[in-house]
Amino acid sequence: MSPDLLKLIFGRLGIESLPLHEPIVVGTFVVVALGGITLLAGLTYFRLWGYLWREWFTTVDHKRIGIMYMILGIVMLLRGFADALMMRGQQALAFGGSEGYLNAHHYDQVFTAHGVIMIFFVAMPLVTGLMNYVVPLQIGARDVSFPFLNNFSFWMTVGGAVLVMASLFIGEFARTGWLAYPPLSNIGYSPDVGVDYYIWALQVAGVGTTLSGINLICTIVKLRCPGMTMMKMPVFTWTSLCTNVLIVASFPVLTVVLALLSLDRYVGTNFFTNDFGGSPMMYVNLIWIWGHPEVYILVLPAFGIFSEVTSTFSGKRLFGYTSMVYATVVITILSYLVWLHHFFTMGSGASVNSFFGITSMIISIPTGAKMFNWLFTMYRGRVRFELPMMWTIAFMLTFVIGGMTGVLLAVPPADFVLHNSLFLIAHFHNVIIGGVVFGAFAGVSYWFPKAFGFRLDPFWGKLSFWFWVTGFYVAFMPLYVLGLMGVTRRLRVFDDQSLQIWFIIAAIGAVLVLLGIMCMLMQFAVSFLKREQLKDVTGDPWDARTLEWATSSPPAGLQLRLHSRRSRQ
Amino acid sequence: MSRLKILALLPLAVALSGCNYVVLAPAGDIAAQQRDLVIISTVLMLLIVVPVMALTVLFAWRYRQSNTAARYEPEWDHSTKLELVIWSVPLLIIVCLGALTWMATHLLDPYRSLGRISSDRPVDQAMAPLEVDVVALDWKWLFIYPDYGIATVNELAAPVDRPIAFRITSSTVMNSFYIPALAGQVYAMPGMETKLHAVVNHAGTYRGISANYSGAGFSGMHFNFQGLDDKGFDAWIASAKAAGGSLGRAEYLQLEKPSQNEPVRRYGTVDSDLYRLILNMCVETGKMCTSEMMAIDAKGGLGHEGLNNTLPLAYDKYARRGTALGGEPTFVAGTCTPEAPQGQTTASIKAPTDTAPLLGAGLKRPTFTPLKSSSFFLGQRPKSDS
Repeated sequence: MSPDLLKLIFGRLGIESLPLHEPIVVGTFVVVALGGITLLAGLTYFRLWGYLWREWFTTVDHKRIGIMYMILGIVMLLRGFADALMMRGQQALAFGGSEGYLNAHHYDQVFTAHGVIMIFFVAMPLVTGLMNYVVPLQIGARDVSFPFLNNFSFWMTVGGAVLVMASLFIGEFARTGWLAYPPLSNIGYSPDVGVDYYIWALQVAGVGTTLSGINLICTIVKLRCPGMTMMKMPVFTWTSLCTNVLIVASFPVLTVVLALLSLDRYVGTNFFTNDFGGSPMMYVNLIWIWGHPEVYILVLPAFGIFSEVTSTFSGKRLFGYTSMVYATVVITILSYLVWLHHFFTMGSGASVNSFFGITSMIISIPTGAKMFNWLFTMYRGRVRFELPMMWTIAFMLTFVIGGMTGVLLAVPPADFVLHNSLFLIAHFHNVIIGGVVFGAFAGVSYWFPKAFGFRLDPFWGKLSFWFWVTGFYVAFMPLYVLGLMGVTRRLRVFDDQSLQIWFIIAAIGAVLVLLGIMCMLMQFAVSFLKREQLKDVTGDPWDARTLEWATSSPPAGLQLRLHSRRSRQ
Repeated sequence: MSRLKILALLPLAVALSGCNYVVLAPAGDIAAQQRDLVIISTVLMLLIVVPVMALTVLFAWRYRQSNTAARYEPEWDHSTKLELVIWSVPLLIIVCLGALTWMATHLLDPYRSLGRISSDRPVDQAMAPLEVDVVALDWKWLFIYPDYGIATVNELAAPVDRPIAFRITSSTVMNSFYIPALAGQVYAMPGMETKLHAVVNHAGTYRGISANYSGAGFSGMHFNFQGLDDKGFDAWIASAKAAGGSLGRAEYLQLEKPSQNEPVRRYGTVDSDLYRLILNMCVETGKMCTSEMMAIDAKGGLGHEGLNNTLPLAYDKYARRGTALGGEPTFVAGTCTPEAPQGQTTASIKAPTDTAPLLGAGLKRPTFTPLKSSSFFLGQRPKSDS
């Protein structure tokens, strides 16, 4: 073939796009390829392709789609966490003239990928998966409003995840930080394909998220069973409704801002360039107008899970249902009025900064009220320390620390000394891990018996719990300390040897979390093997009160629908 | 849970021994006030955080299932009095904190010139602040002292107890100018200017950093900030002047090219107009400054005729190089320049300097050659001489 024809087909893609010079990446590829081949061979040998295709990949059942979201989230957690381990390793080693083991080209991709994966392809699928599975059951609906659209949304999310994964082996990922601020992310300073991967992955997954948001809003508004008025909805359904309202209102902003960045990159427009009247700072504003609601999109369903769990395992009605609902709605509205607190240091002026600082603080009032509501739900209850409740109590103790440092960062002059520091990193991991991740794990162990008909093995679960919780504290408390020493984020090498001990402690914490993740995988395996022992025949293993526990475990809806489809054929 | 709390406290215990908590023990009055604010806000919040954590542990323990002696009221789920308390206590704390925030944000606004040197000394109005122009380059810091006509790279010095007025910009991508011991950070943004007022109260050498990731060389983008007594500062200025070397437009264009872990450099003389040119992105001769562009636009602009004043050339650090679609890169030619005050025909303007790509994200150059987009899709167009 002529070179011109080759170029027409492959464009910039050439042999040099393969990162053959990076031994770490080549090694990873070999392992992934071998694992993939084994998996594909196994599926073929056991003749599972037809089953998977008919019963899972093309299913329109909200329960199976929900489970697939959870699997996606857990698989991507492994990738995102591998990135975290690499970063902790690099920062623990690169002292006193040592370059560590990652060069800038690789390290900068690692921290960008870590952020993107953890938010978009771990936290979002876990939250969406739980909502998909639980909400229709909780409101007594047969399925979501648009079952096919639900399947489509899921595969769009997978598409985004696949793009991020592919960037590891073909080309490269963005080296811009997880929000890809221009001008660094614009064509002048990131001419390679990394940012393109970033843009397309988020655009594709973002469409899926938006559609899934519309779907769940319709479901909650239109498909509630007779008699379930809004103020009788379970709190998890309420928080899901608010989350999906946030999704529908904020994800289009992300889509548009990334589209504008694409135009800058591909067509030569000047929305976010330095020159020709472009304003990179407009991008920063726009992306945070999406980005701040995004953190509430993640944490509100977690709040809902904690509400269900606290009430169930305290053997009591939830304290202050009405104020819980209002607190959720207030948070939903306020989350749109705080975006500027992510960049007080841009020089917006004292009045603007004060406004956004104070609105951010006000969010802590409804959040605090929620915290008290959970407290007084336990009060005069009979608290059972099953795994979901353990995650909830760990959340309550951890989240207040993260909340406190968050309000501290909302004071603009205090933010000037802590912004972008490791203190900030510790803060948001404190709320995201302590809130969203603990919440998702509480939800998984709580609803697992409903989804599969057997409980999760408590021994491995508790082991995983203790590794996760101690690991979190050991990994992130040193980062608070480092932040107070004026150490900023995203550094690859250090010259102040006295800091090293803190990074080593943090790396040990990351290893503890790794053990927690492995115990969790072990828990799934052991529970599957012991499924007869752990079987739930009642449909309500926790003595809970919401509607989903009135069905059998697993609920029979899918089978009914399959029969009706077969009978039509 | 107690094990968990001990673990949480462990780092704090270790922390109190040794180590440099620069944010908590700064050397400048602004940073000290910011530190005070951090501590006051934390204490205010601990008023509610500590009881909540204690109650969580207490309730979880006291109402555990095995403790059948505890009261059990499964139907109790509402108490108006309690609801009032749990909404109003956080509200009260936020009212206090909000008022504090409003005052402190205005008082410590980085754009506000200083009112005091330290808690017991007002600013001497007769003493003009030391002016320093800060430029974030890929990946080093340029400091220009307009009053003294010197410039330095990766080294900053200021006399103790004299207010400093920083003007901050960037040449390519966003950075954040931060000397933890001196004052809080402010972003350094291309084509824009931010300001910071600060003062250093104790002589010493402190670390300055970029606090916003800016590409491959970001980790090495730090400098030493020296607080010197008046005599020491004069000697430092004299030594910079003695270092010789001058920083003009041509030297700047060489300097701004990406480089990592730069050593300290001093220039005895500096083009007095350089900072303005950097800020307006017109250091290259022949380019129109953004301030002029804005002035023209404010009067209504040049309309379609203005298109004739763009030249087919890489610009914005050759930003559009590599775009697959769209026109060839262009820039707006200056209608008059110091070299040709009467203006010159656009045809006679040469390409500014060399056109090697500057890559902010990484030093590695892409190995592909970009499609000549306009000729590929839109037909031939006159080429620039670059």
